[in-house]
Amino acid sequence: MMEQVLPVLTWVLLLSGAFFLVTGALGMVRLPDVFTRMHAAGMTDTMGAGLILVGLCLHSGVNLVTMRLLLVLAFLWFTAPIATHAVAKAALAAGTEPYTLGAGEGGADGGEGEGGGAP
Amino acid sequence: MNRILWLWGILFGLWLLLSYHFEWLFLVFGTATCTVAVLVAARMGIVDRESVPLHLVRRGALYVPWLVWEILKSNVRVAGIILSPRLRVDPSIVHFRASQRTDLGRFIYANSITLTPGTVTTGIVADDLEVHAIVREEVDGSEENDMNRRVAALEGEGA
Repeated sequence: MMEQVLPVLTWVLLLSGAFFLVTGALGMVRLPDVFTRMHAAGMTDTMGAGLILVGLCLHSGVNLVTMRLLLVLAFLWFTAPIATHAVAKAALAAGTEPYTLGAGEGGADGGEGEGGGAP
Repeated sequence: MNRILWLWGILFGLWLLLSYHFEWLFLVFGTATCTVAVLVAARMGIVDRESVPLHLVRRGALYVPWLVWEILKSNVRVAGIILSPRLRVDPSIVHFRASQRTDLGRFIYANSITLTPGTVTTGIVADDLEVHAIVREEVDGSEENDMNRRVAALEGEGA
């Protein structure tokens, strides 16, 4: 029973991980500025990497490799937000205006600008 | 003292897990490395509640699954935003008040916010968190309050 379920589950996890990676990459292209793109990048290293690593854990069974994979996941989830935060902070420090929906919409906090980030 | 021993034990466990060689030579190397690392840390005076948060382990075991579930939900939401043809983003910067008492608690709260896609902590001054959200109305809800409350409960009675 378990022998049949496990490979299927592994494939489901790997494929859904790949789905989040591709979606994150698509977001990098579609989203308008560095701050919104960070959210897409966050998706690739939480769910994308997470699902793939958990899928690999199931694939390898319970052994040393599983423990190491979980360790990789733990370190990734500890460090990824710090890297994201650093990028955001650097962008703000460099004076990047966060993109906001059109200037007409009663200037929200942080919007203060006509154009927002251009691209 | 207790904390120092725990740190040594954790480091040595990590060493064993990563090397997985049980020859004497490697065990001696590992012991020496961990001992030097712990001694340096102790001499710098950084072995405290913040760097070895043993008090978080038990409650953290409940918090982590909840956080993973939140991450899963918001991943699906952001994926939906990116894949929708109209790309309904409405980014804005919002402010949250962190009700944790310790720096470590605020650190966990800020990182949890960043880990859930759709919200990124861009700055923190005292207990004021500056958060960039990809869709404004979704962060006005109770979800962030919930997280705030849970992290405050996680840190317990504080230092």
